Amino acid sequence: MIILANVISLTIVFSVPLLLVALGGSYSEHSGVINIALEGIMVIGALCACFALSAFDKSGFGPAHPQLAMLLAICIAGISGMAFSVFLAFAAINLRADQTIGGTALNIFAPAFAVVMTWAIQGQGQTTIQIPSWIRITKESLGIQMESKFLNALLFKYFYLTTPVAIVLFIIATIVMYKTRFGLRLRACGEHPQAADSVGINVYRMRYAGVLISGFLGGIGGIAYTIAVGSGFNSSVGGYGFLALAVMIFGNWKPVQILGSAVFFALFKVVAAYNSSIPFLPKLEGLKDKSSLYQMLPYIVTMVVLIFTSKKSQAPKAEGIPYDKGSR
Amino acid sequence: MNKKKPLAENATLISILASLLSIVIGLAIGFLLLLILKPSAAAEGMGAMLGTGFSNLDKFGKVLYQAAPLMCCGLSVGFAFKTGLFNIGASGQYTMGAFLALYGAIFLQLPWYVCLLLAMIGGGLWGIFPGLFKALFNVNEVITAIMFNWIAMFLVNLVLANMPLMLASAWGASNSDRTAALAVANKAAIIPKGGLDKLFGNSSWVNISFFIAVVVAIIVWFILEKTTFGYELKACGLSKDAAIYAGINANRNIVFSMIIAGALSGLGGGLYYLAGTIQYVLEKSILSMGFNGIPVALLANSNPLGTIFSSLFISYINVGGAAMQPNFSSESTEIITAVIIYLAAFALLMRGVIGKVLAGKRNKEVKA
Repeated sequence: MIILANVISLTIVFSVPLLLVALGGSYSEHSGVINIALEGIMVIGALCACFALSAFDKSGFGPAHPQLAMLLAICIAGISGMAFSVFLAFAAINLRADQTIGGTALNIFAPAFAVVMTWAIQGQGQTTIQIPSWIRITKESLGIQMESKFLNALLFKYFYLTTPVAIVLFIIATIVMYKTRFGLRLRACGEHPQAADSVGINVYRMRYAGVLISGFLGGIGGIAYTIAVGSGFNSSVGGYGFLALAVMIFGNWKPVQILGSAVFFALFKVVAAYNSSIPFLPKLEGLKDKSSLYQMLPYIVTMVVLIFTSKKSQAPKAEGIPYDKGSR
Repeated sequence: MNKKKPLAENATLISILASLLSIVIGLAIGFLLLLILKPSAAAEGMGAMLGTGFSNLDKFGKVLYQAAPLMCCGLSVGFAFKTGLFNIGASGQYTMGAFLALYGAIFLQLPWYVCLLLAMIGGGLWGIFPGLFKALFNVNEVITAIMFNWIAMFLVNLVLANMPLMLASAWGASNSDRTAALAVANKAAIIPKGGLDKLFGNSSWVNISFFIAVVVAIIVWFILEKTTFGYELKACGLSKDAAIYAGINANRNIVFSMIIAGALSGLGGGLYYLAGTIQYVLEKSILSMGFNGIPVALLANSNPLGTIFSSLFISYINVGGAAMQPNFSSESTEIITAVIIYLAAFALLMRGVIGKVLAGKRNKEVKA
């Protein structure tokens, strides 16, 4: 039973970055810009937040007010991700450049920049930024008495501030996308920018908003991933930015479905890591390196889903096409 | 009237200038970053990046050795560009090519040229998927290629882990996280050095792979410029609708183009791992060689012959980057590569500016 609790709580903590980043991706794509740079944005967000956390740790502010420091780090992650995404927005919107090439450039830039910065700040060869241990929310810090080992493992083994923040952001993102004037306008720019422009919507501004929101969520996703992995930040987010793209497609660009697919993908990740200790899985006798198999499955499932859904794809119709006011 | 085209309309010249300009800007931004990080060592670091490749013959041999797979990946990305496709999947195709080449070399004990053929088949097989998904289901090739990059990596890890005969541990070494050294497993699978090692001061890196890649680049240029098939591919790239209207089977061309692009990346994987100096290590993240094919293709403006020079440049700064340690991490060169790609994203703008500058000069000359 403890194993089950562990699997559930790990699945939750790993679905947080996927959920946030995929939501970010959907905002960008609903505005009409393909955001391949999510991976790079995550790296930048995680880098800045980790530097902030270790600075808080050294100054003593962190251990004294752990969750306040964590909240600040999350904000720094979001803002730095947002700042980094401006490069994509500028190339894609103002210069009408190829969005995938611009995104690829950011993806190559971010990890290299992170390594160079970590070297420069921590000294040569020190490529890992350690995450202080006080960021975890324990039941002691909340003052809760809990006897059940199961509930303890389920709720508190991997409980970080990123999880409640992600829930709040998810609710806000869903409401903004479907219940506000801004959300409607944003989606219009991704479906038919000319029509949106004709009724007085500033397409360029909307697309900037979409990309910047995706940068904000992507940056927070970066720190959420680093915390979930738990072994410090070493200039990589392990392909989660790309996995988030798959989550977004699998979730049909819709927030609630994205939540479902984020949990689904995270479950595979956890099963890949813990497959030997989960009793009800097929044993696959004689097969070595089963974790590769389980890590590969989500990508294959995404491709199969794409085959079946491509005919009635919910993808924004104008995504990837630079908007040119003068074109017909 | 002079028959020569005016300077401002010479597309080749303009794109070469645009590439040189983006290299200069890339290097300048790289230098700026070094200055900010460690002002005292910046000049030395930049000197190491730009000087190491020519500093001795051994290093230059390494430049040539790494240029070969880079050129193949660049050709792959460029070939797909010509058909209007963005082959971000070069990495996965490269991985599959490397795997099949090593499979042929270690498991089947085949000679190197057959292994290279296997590498092309491996890459080509992986190129089919983005092509077919695009042609049949209209799935964006970028998405398919990204997914298949990861599938390739995990698949190769899974298969290698379950083929103990492929691993170094089966051939007298202790580590089981990498493939067997070719010098032990199958000497015939090592790409011959053709006497170049003597020319390059007994460099352990250099072999004929660079010249194989150059021949392939010329073949690709020939296909694109001198054959009907190449013409059809380019027509699809310039305007798919117009191509279809002219009776060209666009879907067929998309699939063929991706298969050829995949085969080129796969060949790169074969050339890199059959040199005998490097063993394939079970990876946790996608191999970056395929991604480095993107700046190679962009700098060359997708011209196969230009790829020869751009791959040499990228390889040169990569070899130099390793010499920047310990003051700076070798990833500094990747920042420069990224800037170059970013600038290429708005290549049209840069070409426009250069074209205007040249046109301005010409007008002045005419007036004078």
